Amino acid sequence: MAELYRRFGGGLATIFLALVLLWIAGMVLAPNVMMIDYALRPNLPPAQIGGPNDVYSLDNVLYLANEAVHRSIFFKTIWASAFVAFATFVVCYPLAYWLAQHATPGQTAVALIALTIPFWVNEVLRTLAWYILLAFRGPLNALLLSIGLIDEPVRWYGNGGVLAGMIYAYILFMLFPIYNAVESLEKAQIEAARDLGASTWRIHWRVVMPHAKAGIATGCVFTFMLAAGSYVAPALLGAPGSRWFTQIIYNWFFEGGDWNRGAAYALVLLVLCLAVVLVTLKLARVNLTDVAK
Amino acid sequence: MSHSVELHQVGMTFGQTRAVGDVSFTVEGGEFFSILGPSGCGKTTILRMIAGFLTPSEGQIVIGGRDMAGLGPDQRPTAMIFQSLALFPLMTVWENIAFGLEARGVSKAERRKRADELLKLIALEGFGERMPGELSGGQRQRVAIARALAVEPQVLLLDEPLSALDLKLRQHMRAELRALQKRTGVTFIYITHDQSEALAMSDRIAVMSAGVLQQVGAPRELYDNPATSFVASFVGETNALAGKVTSLASGIATVETSLGAMHGKAGPGVAAGQAARLYVRPEALVVSAKGGDNRLDATVERIDFEGAFALAHGRLDDGSELVASISSTKLSDAPSIGARASFAFDRRHAVVLADG
Repeated sequence: MAELYRRFGGGLATIFLALVLLWIAGMVLAPNVMMIDYALRPNLPPAQIGGPNDVYSLDNVLYLANEAVHRSIFFKTIWASAFVAFATFVVCYPLAYWLAQHATPGQTAVALIALTIPFWVNEVLRTLAWYILLAFRGPLNALLLSIGLIDEPVRWYGNGGVLAGMIYAYILFMLFPIYNAVESLEKAQIEAARDLGASTWRIHWRVVMPHAKAGIATGCVFTFMLAAGSYVAPALLGAPGSRWFTQIIYNWFFEGGDWNRGAAYALVLLVLCLAVVLVTLKLARVNLTDVAK
Repeated sequence: MSHSVELHQVGMTFGQTRAVGDVSFTVEGGEFFSILGPSGCGKTTILRMIAGFLTPSEGQIVIGGRDMAGLGPDQRPTAMIFQSLALFPLMTVWENIAFGLEARGVSKAERRKRADELLKLIALEGFGERMPGELSGGQRQRVAIARALAVEPQVLLLDEPLSALDLKLRQHMRAELRALQKRTGVTFIYITHDQSEALAMSDRIAVMSAGVLQQVGAPRELYDNPATSFVASFVGETNALAGKVTSLASGIATVETSLGAMHGKAGPGVAAGQAARLYVRPEALVVSAKGGDNRLDATVERIDFEGAFALAHGRLDDGSELVASISSTKLSDAPSIGARASFAFDRRHAVVLADG
């Protein structure tokens, strides 16, 4: 704070501080406080709001705890998001390693442009592209049928479709943190490990991954949070059997007309996501500031 | 007896660049062998080819009588010490040392025991649980050596491992490396651009320039009888006098320079009529000498005191400079600055080498 004032002088520093406070108050605190407020109140007709029945309670949260279908979708969303993070890691790690340690500058440029260009398109449109690709009479089934890999079209919508759509949507959030981390690894360490007789697997497990741990944890946390809060991919690429918790929240707000219960559901999701993230970071011995970097 | 290393007409080309051309030499088992040359001369390329990180474009590398073609670094009886040391910063010292054993599936108890033995060898007992970042430069250096020795290599390859240390520590580590090499009997191939390091430690030295092997020999031999003008000027300090060979008799060549005829030992391939240079070391020049056939008159421009000796810089009549070293004990007899003095040398202490 003193540093801020010393560098920018009284006027400018005060403006900066005010903007930050405004941001925190308006963009972070206000919506969340309102959501908590909604979550703890019952859903009442307008006439009764503020009346004797409008009291704080945990009823909306307890409703989720007692509703078996919603509860199972909730836990499924959590572990499926974790699986999305893991699967995205499996896809990204080899690519990040190759880009960071082996690719020539030209190859890196081409690969990064190829990876980035799709992200110039809106997420909904990108997911729609997958919707078309994975359609029952779509190009993927046509291709697999024509090369004789399958005898009849596969219904991709559902768990497989959601997984594919999410991995595709979040690849950069996993790739860049790992790429940055692996790039800072001195090549001689990999060579030394190899020279000492370590297998490729051991080189990665003992030398590269420990070095890239912060990047891997960051990528996993990003991907997990994005996946748990994703709506487009499960809505477009899912099937009734692959419903996502965000869809339930959406339904409470826009179809059930019960904003209070929707807010309670959203709050539970937020709290559990935070818990998972903090535990992951604790296990990986990475702190939140490293992730922010 | 540890393994010998033979290079047969080894060459390496990167794209359009010829990094190493037609290099052949043999390192005897148990020898401390240095490859000396300025940066970019191809010495690291040679070391990496011996280690198996690079595949030679042509030629053959034989270690312990076995052709190494097609074998990766993990399959060769060599271990490398990297210029940066490349210790694993997230492993403890003992885990670093035992990493090669871990890769070979040795049990943890056995690994720990072996690491402790090696820590004792490098005089770092009790440092096993520390992290590499907590050690000093010299200690890290020793851990890197222990890590390489843990896999019991026949040949240890060292890529300028002392270059990051300060002068005092470097000199201390030279002696330690030398002693360690004698104790373990492992063949050492040591890369350096520091000629005093190579001269002090090595049994034999290969001098390289621009990818070409210049000369292989014992330190004294390189210093006293350089085979090429590059070796003469790169290894140690020297004065060069350009001229033309006029006659050659019983190993002594006479060179007609702009300052008169000078005599020196004829280097390999020197023939009468050739453009050549006569090389004479500063310590071979005697200042203010009377008589003798190799005598050069110069004006003393300055005398730089270096401690054990002083360097007298003389300006010759043709404008070129001449440097002679004077022992500090004889400094009181030295000519004063600005005075004329004669610099003389014995013909057995000068070498005549063809230009090129």
